[in-house]
Amino acid sequence: MLDQSYYAKADEIIEHYGRKAGSLIPIMQDIQGAYRYLPGELLSYVAKEIGVREAKAYSVATFYENFSFEPKGKYIIKVCDGTACHVRKSGPILDVLFKELGLNKKKHTTDDMVFTVETVSCLGACGLAPTLMVNEQVYPCMTPEKAIELIEELRGESV
Amino acid sequence: MTIVSRNDLLKVAEEAKERLDSYKCRILVCSGTGCVATGSELVYKKFMEIATNAENVTVDFNTCGGEHPIGVKHTGCQGVCELGPLVRIQKGDKVVQYVKVKLEECQEIFEKSVLDDQVLEDFLYKQDGITYEGPDDIPFIAKQTRITLANCGKYDALSLEEYIASGGFTALQKAMFEMTREEVAEEIEKSGLRGRGGGGFPTGRKWKQVMRQKETTRYVVCNGDEGDPGAFMDGSVMEGDPYALLEGMIIGAHTVSARDGYIYVRAEYPNSVSRLHHAIDELEKNNLLGENILGTDFSFHVHINRGAGAFVCGEGSALTASIEGNRGMPRVKPPRTVEKGLWEKPTVLNNVETFALVPKIVKNGSDWYRGYGTEGSPGTKTFSLTGSIQNTGLIEVPMGATLREIIYDVGGGLKGGTKFKAVQIGGPSGGCLTSEHLDVPLDFDSVKKYGAIIGSGGLVVMDENTCMVEVARFFMGFTQRESCGKCVPCREGTQRMLEILEKIIQGKGEMEDLDRLEELAEMVKSMALCGLGKSAPLPVLSTLKLFREEYEEHIRDHKCRAKVCEAMRQFLINEENCKGCGKCAKKCPVGAITGEKKQPYHIDDSLCIKCGACKDNCAFDAVYIEA
Amino acid sequence: MGIITIDGRKVEFTDEKNVLSIIRNAGINIPTLCYHSEVSTFGACRLCTVEDERGRTFASCSEEPRDGMVIYTNTGKLKKYRKLIVELLLAAHCRDCTTCVKSGECNLQDLALRLGIIDVRFNNTRVKHEIDRSSPGIIRDPNKCILCGDCVRACEELQGVGCIGFAFRGTEAMVMPAFNKSIAETDCVNCGQCRVYCPTGAISIHTHMDEVWEALADPDSRVVIQVAPAVRVAVGDAYGINPGKNVMGRLVNALHRMGFDEVYDTTFGADLTIVEESAEFVNRVETGKNLPIMTSCCPAWVKYVGDHYPEFKDNLSTCRSPMGMLSAVVKEYYRNPKNVGGKKTVVVAIMPCTAKKQEAVRPNSFTKGEQDTDYVLTTTEIIRMINNFGLDFKELEPEAADVPFGFGSGGGVIFGVTGGVTEAALRHMNPGHDKETMMAIAESGVRGENKIKEFKVPYEGRELSICVVNGLKNANTVMEKIKSGEAQYDFLEVMACRRGCIMGGGQPVHSAPRMKKYRAKGLYNADSEAIIKKCDDNPLVQSFYNGELKGMSHELLHNKEY
Repeated sequence: MLDQSYYAKADEIIEHYGRKAGSLIPIMQDIQGAYRYLPGELLSYVAKEIGVREAKAYSVATFYENFSFEPKGKYIIKVCDGTACHVRKSGPILDVLFKELGLNKKKHTTDDMVFTVETVSCLGACGLAPTLMVNEQVYPCMTPEKAIELIEELRGESV
Repeated sequence: MTIVSRNDLLKVAEEAKERLDSYKCRILVCSGTGCVATGSELVYKKFMEIATNAENVTVDFNTCGGEHPIGVKHTGCQGVCELGPLVRIQKGDKVVQYVKVKLEECQEIFEKSVLDDQVLEDFLYKQDGITYEGPDDIPFIAKQTRITLANCGKYDALSLEEYIASGGFTALQKAMFEMTREEVAEEIEKSGLRGRGGGGFPTGRKWKQVMRQKETTRYVVCNGDEGDPGAFMDGSVMEGDPYALLEGMIIGAHTVSARDGYIYVRAEYPNSVSRLHHAIDELEKNNLLGENILGTDFSFHVHINRGAGAFVCGEGSALTASIEGNRGMPRVKPPRTVEKGLWEKPTVLNNVETFALVPKIVKNGSDWYRGYGTEGSPGTKTFSLTGSIQNTGLIEVPMGATLREIIYDVGGGLKGGTKFKAVQIGGPSGGCLTSEHLDVPLDFDSVKKYGAIIGSGGLVVMDENTCMVEVARFFMGFTQRESCGKCVPCREGTQRMLEILEKIIQGKGEMEDLDRLEELAEMVKSMALCGLGKSAPLPVLSTLKLFREEYEEHIRDHKCRAKVCEAMRQFLINEENCKGCGKCAKKCPVGAITGEKKQPYHIDDSLCIKCGACKDNCAFDAVYIEA
Repeated sequence: MGIITIDGRKVEFTDEKNVLSIIRNAGINIPTLCYHSEVSTFGACRLCTVEDERGRTFASCSEEPRDGMVIYTNTGKLKKYRKLIVELLLAAHCRDCTTCVKSGECNLQDLALRLGIIDVRFNNTRVKHEIDRSSPGIIRDPNKCILCGDCVRACEELQGVGCIGFAFRGTEAMVMPAFNKSIAETDCVNCGQCRVYCPTGAISIHTHMDEVWEALADPDSRVVIQVAPAVRVAVGDAYGINPGKNVMGRLVNALHRMGFDEVYDTTFGADLTIVEESAEFVNRVETGKNLPIMTSCCPAWVKYVGDHYPEFKDNLSTCRSPMGMLSAVVKEYYRNPKNVGGKKTVVVAIMPCTAKKQEAVRPNSFTKGEQDTDYVLTTTEIIRMINNFGLDFKELEPEAADVPFGFGSGGGVIFGVTGGVTEAALRHMNPGHDKETMMAIAESGVRGENKIKEFKVPYEGRELSICVVNGLKNANTVMEKIKSGEAQYDFLEVMACRRGCIMGGGQPVHSAPRMKKYRAKGLYNADSEAIIKKCDDNPLVQSFYNGELKGMSHELLHNKEY
């Protein structure tokens, strides 16, 4: 069971966008933004409140990459695998992050809920490839070594 | 300022211009995504702090104003992203471009270059032993023709007043008070402006089609879902010149009589979203958006929708579905978007670059626009130039420019002087051009002839270290991952093509796989539902045509000539060269290298992730790759 | 209006919505797996793609016809591509054709054969998913799903239920309820229209044939079977008998041969329903309470009211459905020591409907602690059982059903078609027995395929406002109007399936699109041929009320609660 505060937050967001089917995506985005994931219970709740069928809301939520029913880590690391980053070897950066954090293509978040590692198709900073983004901050010109250093730095911060 | 009539606007423009000219000096800090990543926001804050604390200096940040103040401004992308943070010091017509500005250098710049008139040699742009002072002297910029990007780097991207001072909204006035709606649409059509999002459909004709619809509720939608992995032109315009985009949309809305407009911005562009929100707020505050614009009965509201992570939403009908709160799955056409688009109403759907060009064309006329580019594709085109190239970044060149001009003149040639192999143009929907295409003029139609597309303008330069099979696999992996899954050809076809490509890269390919690959590609191209699906096989078809021998080598000889494909390469240490310094072992992120000091080291291939850190860091050239 | 050249021949067209219809009208059965004229055009399978004279390809299902168009339906290129598309579908499909319930009537299997696919060159790399057997009516096997979305559109657009949708995307896309819940946990009404629209075996009937075979084999069981009206005009489909032909006599013969001890007619249950429901209606009209009365014979509709409009539960007629009434009566009849004969009674019902399987296990379908209907078989299942037994159905001689519950009136028979319940009730409430009266009722607006039929009829000096709805989606429209006060009715008939039970979710589907008009005609013919038109004129009804079950009508014929 989710805490009542989640529903209160959802109500607030629903009010902001209006009780209409068209508000579904922005409402989900704000919930995802607030909790770093989209609690399934809230999705069902929102669907009911704005008059969208649960199956439909679920179908929309699972279509878009940004929504996750699983809680994400404190630091969401998005490794850019856009063309520019790819040809400048973004692959090894991802490999090394997975290895360092014990993650893989199926498991994106560390058990201590500190790190989530994902790929992203382009961060729009191609001139500084390869790049990665931690939460909303873009890190340019990465290398596997710099990635490890970054992880260590973030680990230090999170303690 | 509230602007409720044309006269108000004229007055405001005059005052704004005066104030803009009154600056003693403007510190223009680039706040494009690239520079923000290298810390330009901190530089901006530093300058603000220095300027605020300086004595006898008036400072202003986001408005124009006062008695000869110093301005500290956020601008759009200044172009040479690699050298960020970029800062321009502008005094009247004189502009100095500083690159790689560090926080500790700000004080010096402020004292010597802002308060005094010195030019600090150390911070200038240098290339091939030549130092360049002004941004327009830098060959990378000088060789471009900047129309869309004209304002980027010159004006405060956040300031409506600066936009107006720079001539903004004269086009809207002209469109509203000096021309009929039909004349505006006609002028756009005459200009030959073609959709910059990839399709290349004539914009004026699209507008006219919407104007002809019986239904009177109409929408204007701006596609800012720039999903091509390796393209950031639209993002740069949204960040760097948001008012131009919005003015273009307002003119569009006025022309086709729409009351509401939507901008759909890609999820990965938080900067664009916040700048656009800011710009919309400013315009609303000043009555340039909202009810009764400029005192007429024309009302227009703009809403922002953030994407949620789906490349396919760049396709028109998927984009409108997404705005409506649905899965972004393309629908069958007809009806077309101009007939039944957003909420089944007639809809003008153009991309960012297209809308941003509209005010310029309306202001300067179609003949002016036709002065650039080619007969069939007038105007300029922005590209994001990336890959193995000296100068990466956002560029704008006239349509009809050749690849050679783009790569060697603007781009400064290949990085590290390697040998040019190909460019990939148009991203996951495009194809490759090779050295034989270096001198053909590039426009919508010519590029299509060579099996590629201009697309949204991603241009990735590839050298001999790029494996074309791997490039095809990369794009196929992308389209497969991004396929919405609706139509069978794209859903199943891209998956099977990807499987085959992976098989080849892993050294397990068979010659028949190439026929199968081609068969699948041709089918998907003809049978898929939407434009993205239809173009998904182009990277494969194009590389198969141009680089078939590389595919065959992978299959027949298990050889990757670019030494990229992991299954076909191994990192080894040459025992004769190795001095046993241990640096490689230290640099290895996965602990695959072991050895004793002063003895040759050894790489355990089963642990190696082939990142190349050992090779890059070996001072004795002892690490080599065996393909 | 205009002319299209198809494969070199000129074909005239009038108001066809799309090129595909014109091609089909021209006698070319162009393949599709996702096109149905009654739901929106999806355009996902791409099989109906045609080529124009310039070599451009486009899907014919979504193309508007234009005068002068020139198209080719079977060029070498198209044939090659179509074959590859079906091959790709097969590659990602669970290909246990020999053991698939859909074998022989599967569109995908058909196409594979038609297009000559003898080899699938790709491995099935899809993750295997669990089969959902939670619903008493349908089984969902995601491994056989080809993602055509037909079920999703049927559920949403026709039924207005929307309990399944697409989830995820690309090759991970699946059709499922929210959060991959089991069907039983959703608002699914078990109507089975998803199964009707499904071209493969991804959604199929939750069958109970084995249980029935077992009962038949048990010497200690008396196996009684009842046959719903709509079944008799659909069984013939499987045997090449004239479409819509009433084959009740042959069916009775077959059932006897298969070992059913007694064969009864659900029409008798329908007659009882009319007597009870009309009385209830008249009572409500007089007291003005709980109007409009809402029919309760369609279990999908009953569940829908419970899930979405619980505040209207009291408006539902308390009457059990014809199946429910007859089963309770039969069970009670054999509880009588006089009739029991030392055997356990097993009641089986053949229904055109998957939702009846859910009705049978509903808590209010029990009497004296016993489940009234032990097994519900759909028309599709009984056809399979006849085939299993090896009967040459077409050649069977007609037989009469058994006494005392094997006979029903014309009014009872038309229950199977939209408006039938209302028509029978109106007959009952009208004192006249003559042809003219029957005719006037038939022409009151109660018949026909309109989705919402509203009309008024005179009754004892006042006007009764009637609404007949077919297709559950339309019920939603009407209910919202009732809720808001925009519409006021005295009587509301709802059948969840378009056109009524004849197009129910348990009917044979392979030929269904061509059968719909014939099936309705078949039932109206059965009514025309019936000597007894009015339910209460059925002598068996009379003997029920006055015979050994006298005084038990309330317990046997009404639901305790919803």
